[in-house]
Amino acid sequence: MENNVLLTMRGITMTFPGVKALDNVDFTLRKGEIHALMGENGAGKSTLIKCLTGINAFEAGEIHVDGIQGPVVNHSTLDAQKKGISTVYQEVNLCPNLSVAENLYIGREPMTRFGTINRRKMIQGAQKIMQELDINIDVTENLENFSLAIQQMIAIARAVDMDCKALILDEPTSSLDDNEVEKLFVLMNKLKAQGVGIVFVTHFLEQVYAVCDRITVLRNGQLVGEYPIEDLPRVKLVAAMMGKDFDDLASIKSDEVVDYSNADVYIDAKGLSHKGTIKPFDFLLHKGEVVGLCGLLGSGRSELARVIYGADKAQTGTMKVNGKEVKINAPIDAMNLGMGLLPDDRKAEGIIGELSVRENIILAMQAKRGVFRLLPMSKQIEIADEYIKLIQIKTASKETLIKQLSGGNQQKVILARWLATNPDFLVLDEPTRGIDIGTKTEIQKLVLQLAGEGKSIIFISSEIEEMLRTCSRMVVLRDGAKVGELTGELTQNRVMQAIAGGADK
Amino acid sequence: MSTIKKLTKNTLFLPIFCMILVMAANILYDAASGNFAFNFFTISIRNGVLYGRLIDVLNRGSEIAILAVGMTLVVSASAGTDISVGSVMSLSASMCCMLLAGFGVASASELQVPLIVGFAAGVLMGCVCGAFNGFLVAYLEIQPMVATLILYSAARAIGLLLCNNLIVYIRAGSFAKLGGFTGPIPTPIIVAVVCVVVMILILKKTALGLYIQSVGINKKASRIAGLNSQRIIMLCYIICGLCAGLAGIVNASRITSADSNNIGLNYELDAILSVALGGNSLGGGKFNLLGSIIGAYTIQAITTTLLALGVSTSEAPVYKAIIVIAIVVIQSPVFKDYLNKRSAKRAARARG
Repeated sequence: MENNVLLTMRGITMTFPGVKALDNVDFTLRKGEIHALMGENGAGKSTLIKCLTGINAFEAGEIHVDGIQGPVVNHSTLDAQKKGISTVYQEVNLCPNLSVAENLYIGREPMTRFGTINRRKMIQGAQKIMQELDINIDVTENLENFSLAIQQMIAIARAVDMDCKALILDEPTSSLDDNEVEKLFVLMNKLKAQGVGIVFVTHFLEQVYAVCDRITVLRNGQLVGEYPIEDLPRVKLVAAMMGKDFDDLASIKSDEVVDYSNADVYIDAKGLSHKGTIKPFDFLLHKGEVVGLCGLLGSGRSELARVIYGADKAQTGTMKVNGKEVKINAPIDAMNLGMGLLPDDRKAEGIIGELSVRENIILAMQAKRGVFRLLPMSKQIEIADEYIKLIQIKTASKETLIKQLSGGNQQKVILARWLATNPDFLVLDEPTRGIDIGTKTEIQKLVLQLAGEGKSIIFISSEIEEMLRTCSRMVVLRDGAKVGELTGELTQNRVMQAIAGGADK
Repeated sequence: MSTIKKLTKNTLFLPIFCMILVMAANILYDAASGNFAFNFFTISIRNGVLYGRLIDVLNRGSEIAILAVGMTLVVSASAGTDISVGSVMSLSASMCCMLLAGFGVASASELQVPLIVGFAAGVLMGCVCGAFNGFLVAYLEIQPMVATLILYSAARAIGLLLCNNLIVYIRAGSFAKLGGFTGPIPTPIIVAVVCVVVMILILKKTALGLYIQSVGINKKASRIAGLNSQRIIMLCYIICGLCAGLAGIVNASRITSADSNNIGLNYELDAILSVALGGNSLGGGKFNLLGSIIGAYTIQAITTTLLALGVSTSEAPVYKAIIVIAIVVIQSPVFKDYLNKRSAKRAARARG
């Protein structure tokens, strides 16, 4: 082993039923580096990490860890932790109802002589850990009182304190805003300086170039290569991930500004609100228009759309759809008016995990038909096959459980669910979150195509670039209120200013 | 090889396998005691009706099977169990008999209202109880165990009040028909079969099964996709109550009386166990109705076998528990994993 190498994986191979998830993959992590693991959905990133942390049992290959003789096989995450390999996932796996200190020491609490937990020592220890990482918080407060970013950092702090040499961060930034991401990067750099090796899995290209030293690219379960960051500019990285030259995203939308204000009005909402989430707002949506909702996380951008759809019931105001006044009490009412909502939290509100891809696709359509008019099986199969082909859902079969699909493909299934209902209006809340760049482009193209067919769309995304490419108008939200609208030529600068509380309108 | 694999992968494989095990135990016992007539499987006709241990299992297992139908739906939709079904059985029986005999009458040979009215009232009572449970669980979001605990303790007592603290006997012959025989076949078997078939038809011909599983797996996502989760959960509890009412009446007819203290006693546990033995997760979501039904008869087979072997009613639960432990272990994912790993290792060794 080289001197500064922390761990090596050689020739890792693993098959899932019908799919070769990993095929002879090598990976090397060195001390004091931040190493990006990149690839599209289903490329094998998560599988590789799970092999390393003992969640998956691989079939061939060896793992070597610095300081341990012979090949290492981890049988559980606990096993891996003991060998200095810790993982922090996208979803924080801590207990929200316990204090920060308790979370840091859970399972390894300092004891008193009498076998009870030494709380004073625990709190002091927790304070020390937090100070070292420059996180200034009260460690006796419950975890749930802190932002997701802080929670994530506490999860990292816990991992680091457990004497970890290799830290794996799996999509840690996907639910953080820019500011929080920045804080996380500071922490990562600090750990790097201490000699920890960090594996960073993310879909955000900018973030890779902001912190990483090295990139390993996987594609379809195979290793494409390992590159120092200087040798792999963005375009080349994308090309390596996709295995083809980068279809320039900017070209998908024509540059001319389309004015929809003369088009037929689809939704005309006045004074809608939901207590605690969104203050009263007016909203106008034309046929064939793609409107972006922009604002920081928690600004009310999802909530506005949810009120229109009835996911959160509007408590005040009136709404007209196609000129007729309507009352929406529950999502089914909205669906019967031709609406659909793709929620931002795919796992909690999108997929029905233990149902098959087919069942997930036909669910909304079936709900619209009502309980007594069951779609005949032949029809269900036809619809499922149609959409699997149409939007290229990668699945072993239509009877595969949706939870076994990769995130991007799950998202496509939910999209298929709504497309199958032939909606007039779709809310797409973060449709591309956690999705690889190829699928992102596909989804953006699909959005524009749907709009071209005369469907109205609300598009919500944390990535402004993406909205600039798809939306013809933007609604700006701040602190749970609609604060303005941007029309005409949209630029990143204008949008950023508006979000930040700028002068535009 | 692949057919065997396909067979073992079938969700019904283990429930059926366990059932066969119980039967095999019977054969072994018979053989060991030198009885090669294999009493367990002998079906004869005595006094014009079917007779035999197998018939007995099917007959006595009817109530549990009927309960299992409703319980399966409740477990699937709400990831909880309805522990009130035993008590609701008793209440429905009391309601039915009280109407038939008239309030405060301990023994009636003349019916006060048409038989069908009494039966309908009993079943309706079950539905009302189910609706009450469902309302607590679906709309007030009370834990199913706690919500149904209310009627678990109260329903039996309400039944006693309805019967004015009496055991009401209905001596009219027509009343005993439901628990007796139709031609040579015990009527409870017919009731159970009808109940199961109707439910299977409903699940096959409507989207209810999809709705229930969807809600059971992910309530929030189901709502966004247009399902009324609360109404679906409520409906499951009402169906469960209906089944309990039906089972209660069958049981009352069997003993031609409304014995509030004994009808349906501890049946809720057998019903829940049926669902579990049927390979259904008590955590809700996917369900297999036939599995639960097989589970119900497996439990009855165990009970009947033990009693036939001369184990006293007071000791039988101990043996029953041991058998149940074995069945549950066989079906546990941990044990399955262990077996899979072992066979994989063996295959690897065979390959060299």
